[in-house]
Amino acid sequence: MQENLRRDFLTSSASGIGGIALSHLLSQEIFAETNPNKSPHFSPKAKNCIFIFMAGAPSQLDLFDYKPKLNELDGKKMNSELLKGKRFAFLQKDSAVLMGSPRKFSQHGQSGMWFSDLVPNLAKCSDDLCMIRSMHTDQFNHHPGQLQMQCGEAKFGIPSTGSWINYGLGSENQNLPGYIVLTAGRGSSGGATLWQNGFLPSNYAGVQFRNGNSPLLNLTNPRGLPVELQRSGLETLRNLNQKHFSRTQDPEIISRIENYELAFRMQSAAPELVDLSNENSKTLDNYGVNRNLPKEGGGRGKGNGNTYADFSRNCLLARRMVERGVRFVNIIHASWDHHSNLDPEISFNARMSDQPISALINDLKERGLLDETLVVWAGEFGRTPLGENRPGRKANTGRDHHPNAFTILMAGGGVRGGLTYGSTDEIGWNPEENPVHVNDFQATLLHLFGLDHEKLTYNHAGTEKRLTSITRKSRVITDILA
Amino acid sequence: MKSPIFICLALFLLSSSLCMSEVDFEREVRPILINHCINCHGGIKAKAGLNFTNKATVFSRLDSGEIPVIANHSDKSELIHRIVSTEESEQMPPDKSLNQKEINTLKAWISEGAKWPKHWSYSTLHGKTEMGATIDQIIAFKLKEIGLNQNKIANKRTLIRRLSLDLIGLPPSKIEINNFLNNRSKHAYKELVQRLMESKHFGERWGRHWLDSARYADSDGYEKDNTRPNAWIWRSWVIKSINNDMPFDQFTAQQISGDLEKNTKPNQVLATAFHRQTLYNREGGVDPEEDRTKRTIDRANTTALVWLGLTLECAQCHDHPYDPLTQKEFYEFYSFFNNMTESEMDYKSEFSEKKTKVRVIREKKRETFIFRRGDFLQPVKNVKISQKVPNYLTQINSNKPSEWNRSDLGNWLVNAQNPLSARVFVNDVWTKLFGTSLVQIKSDFGTRSKPPIQLHLLDHLAEKIIDFNWSRKKIIEYIVNSNTYKQSSERTEEADKKDLQNNYYHRQNRFRVEGEIIRDIFLSSSGLIKHKIGGPSVFPPVPDGVAEQSFAGNFKWKTSKGDDRYRRGMYTFFKRTAPDPNLITFDCPDANVSITRRNISNNPIIALATLGNEVFHEAAQALAKRIVETQLNSVDEKRIVEAFILCTSRMPEPYEIDEVMALLKKSRDYYSENVEEAKKMIGIHSIDNFKPSDLAPWVSVSRIILNLDETITRE
Repeated sequence: MQENLRRDFLTSSASGIGGIALSHLLSQEIFAETNPNKSPHFSPKAKNCIFIFMAGAPSQLDLFDYKPKLNELDGKKMNSELLKGKRFAFLQKDSAVLMGSPRKFSQHGQSGMWFSDLVPNLAKCSDDLCMIRSMHTDQFNHHPGQLQMQCGEAKFGIPSTGSWINYGLGSENQNLPGYIVLTAGRGSSGGATLWQNGFLPSNYAGVQFRNGNSPLLNLTNPRGLPVELQRSGLETLRNLNQKHFSRTQDPEIISRIENYELAFRMQSAAPELVDLSNENSKTLDNYGVNRNLPKEGGGRGKGNGNTYADFSRNCLLARRMVERGVRFVNIIHASWDHHSNLDPEISFNARMSDQPISALINDLKERGLLDETLVVWAGEFGRTPLGENRPGRKANTGRDHHPNAFTILMAGGGVRGGLTYGSTDEIGWNPEENPVHVNDFQATLLHLFGLDHEKLTYNHAGTEKRLTSITRKSRVITDILA
Repeated sequence: MKSPIFICLALFLLSSSLCMSEVDFEREVRPILINHCINCHGGIKAKAGLNFTNKATVFSRLDSGEIPVIANHSDKSELIHRIVSTEESEQMPPDKSLNQKEINTLKAWISEGAKWPKHWSYSTLHGKTEMGATIDQIIAFKLKEIGLNQNKIANKRTLIRRLSLDLIGLPPSKIEINNFLNNRSKHAYKELVQRLMESKHFGERWGRHWLDSARYADSDGYEKDNTRPNAWIWRSWVIKSINNDMPFDQFTAQQISGDLEKNTKPNQVLATAFHRQTLYNREGGVDPEEDRTKRTIDRANTTALVWLGLTLECAQCHDHPYDPLTQKEFYEFYSFFNNMTESEMDYKSEFSEKKTKVRVIREKKRETFIFRRGDFLQPVKNVKISQKVPNYLTQINSNKPSEWNRSDLGNWLVNAQNPLSARVFVNDVWTKLFGTSLVQIKSDFGTRSKPPIQLHLLDHLAEKIIDFNWSRKKIIEYIVNSNTYKQSSERTEEADKKDLQNNYYHRQNRFRVEGEIIRDIFLSSSGLIKHKIGGPSVFPPVPDGVAEQSFAGNFKWKTSKGDDRYRRGMYTFFKRTAPDPNLITFDCPDANVSITRRNISNNPIIALATLGNEVFHEAAQALAKRIVETQLNSVDEKRIVEAFILCTSRMPEPYEIDEVMALLKKSRDYYSENVEEAKKMIGIHSIDNFKPSDLAPWVSVSRIILNLDETITRE
């Protein structure tokens, strides 16, 4: 069992197991390797992270990366030198032409950060946002790209960022999982692999919250079992398990006793967490929790049910989670893969996400939580300045996958607000200034939590594994630290 | 224990370690090199040309003109010069981490001739079996080093439960327990082993272990994650082959190259589906050749991991940092798999009476190139790559022409002359029977791995498996008949002080069973389980919303009706992007990578599942019905005893009965007042002419007994 987890539970449990030798328990390391120093490597800025993952790859060119030159060159072929050796998912290189953005861009805040008219509310948060426009990744298909963004490399069987951070720092709330995943709309390409624990014990896997009043699987008692009999049953269970511990002296049993107690506490803590009845109507309105789904538009963004309301609720829940010490919250929304119909569909998605995300940032700030909460807005890669010209299509109405350059946003958690970092060339094809690889971003993210990406390691099959690739020299982007 | 054999063994072991005070390279020198030197002077990072994974560089003149090690002359050896130097510029290691003892060890080693034997895992087996030693003698000898004795043999109830769970993954029935208790013959235990080995469930249990290695699933993986409707046919082959105790060398050869056999039979071709278990990316924009390359690399890496305990993947991009494996050698190994092609075969034979398509492997020659930095778009065209196994591994002299084919690979992987795969295989078997690996870091046999504490035992077992002609059943039988296996798993503080990790096997280990087996125990104890060996995957109830997790909600979970609702956990349909939480929560692998050893988590999510999940609660309802019906006119205590035996295979102590009685009383108080709740609590598992308010308290009690740590633990 995991020593750190056991320590977390034992030291947090008011019920306590009395005279059982605590030191003896804490010295055990039986089946799983543990992180011996469950504390940051240096003083952290961030304590929690809300990672808003826009799966499918939103078009940076229609949201953030303003390219007047691209508009000028609309319909023209591009410099073929830039196309050499490049591969695309669907785009036909020979006949492809550049495609400008129909969106209107303007500058916002003290720093004059650029935003398109798709995200007016985010634009108002510009002084709290750090915009990195020079991101690049190695993958240009969705599932591999999503794995690289969440787990460092396009591999299965390796832990996601949320697992690593919980492994490194432990949980702050003993009654809730330390890593929670919230989804709205369609399933993503990566599915459950995006919150995989890989070779780390399953304690570090993301736990998916479900919509409705019973957010965790198996949270409610079986029908016909009242809470008092659940309590009595657990008392009996504890006494019987303790008896067996006295026979076997196996500390794993103590762990199990504690986990049943924790499960019981979760049964009230989790519903309390998702119960929004104490939130005032202003807050609910700010997030748009009661919004209706627009009648028109949507396409793939529509998903099942009311994606608008679900996404808003997820943003509000994320705030409630970090308030309660949940270390890592992953909000996933998957339908940004606009190979066609880009303009109406991205408008639909932007309207869905713009208001609640900005409400979240403002809310965190008002509550004094933004300083220690890192908010990230990112997809797995970007989209091409070239219009997508799949054979058989009459007009170019979308963009193909573009791993070379894309934009992400960060706020709070020790990141410098009002900073636009890095730039791309005049058509947005390649990073020009300060390119940031996905692994550099991840190294920086860990750094904000006081974790050195080269030191937060886990020995798996004889090799010290870490979040960032071992074969690549990744760097912390110190320029963006507050 | 002064038998001649034991003395003989003692002499052998002593001669290899204690008697002669000579420095032991494997135990004393290599760990120093691994801990302090190899990160800079190993594999690709051979700074200054010195590479401690390549013996030659250590004894020859480097570019600097110095020779790191000159045997018998520690004073002339540059290695010693550097580690004792106080000069900042030449001091090694730069972090000054060597202590005096380590420095003395290195000096003594060189003075004694700087012997550098082959890495322990690649070295040949020494014929220890001929010493006639047994597992228990080897263990006892090592235990003397730390002054501990083994635990006593566990009681018979523990033994039958342990054996049943380990060999067939099911708890023993009440009759089986009684038969064993009443069998006073001194062969009772051996007979029990025999019976379990012959059970058809043996193949299910040990087949599931193999499915972990094969990353078996019922869908493609990646975004689209299409269903593989006939994947189960290969699973049936695995179960049957293991039940028939197909020797591991044949089992291997058929899966690697069954398609190449002369007059090959459908089942031999079917066996190659081992390598059709890789994920397949059908995303729209995927380059098919890139994905094929990925699958091929995965096949090469999986083969090395499963059969050789080696992690080759680093060498895709560059020479291996730790193992003496060049990038070229990686692609030579890769080329066996590059000459595979994925094919569909019409199959109509013992596992499927209806003619159906199965996915198998066939041969297709392709030219293989090294990929610069692992990038398939950058083939190095001027280097010819032919099918070979890495140089540093044992080569087999054959009369073959220089070029090997895939059949040769299959035969080489498991072969009496290949000590590595024998060690890997027996370690794997041991791990399943003790919960801990004989090799220190899970299953690493690479050059950086330190020699295991129980190296003699590992080698002994490796010799045995060759002796047993690779019979899985024989090696299992051999191990489970040892006292080391049979001893109790109880811990004492005194023993923990000396051997906390139980590296010396002074006791058995107790550990939680796997996710599928938790399900099997709940269903068996309650009598719900329905057995059918092999066959298509089934869909037990899962919570709402699980299937929707799949991409764009493209998958529907159609819950099975009838018997298929209650089949063993290993038959649950495995959708890679939306797996059944009742499996994943309990550390069942996600089938995306090959797993040779599972984690064992213990967390509140698990507790919530076994307390509240539909499947597990139904088991509690059925168990309540079962104990009431079988003890219809009995006193409460008898029913409690019945439940204990069904769940834990043992009798409760009076104290335990009292505890349960107290809960029973509280439950009765509640349900007598709340009849409607009682009806809900018992669900469909009612008893005619028995009031729900009398039955519901037994559900309340049954669920707690099912949730005991003991119920899901193999003691």
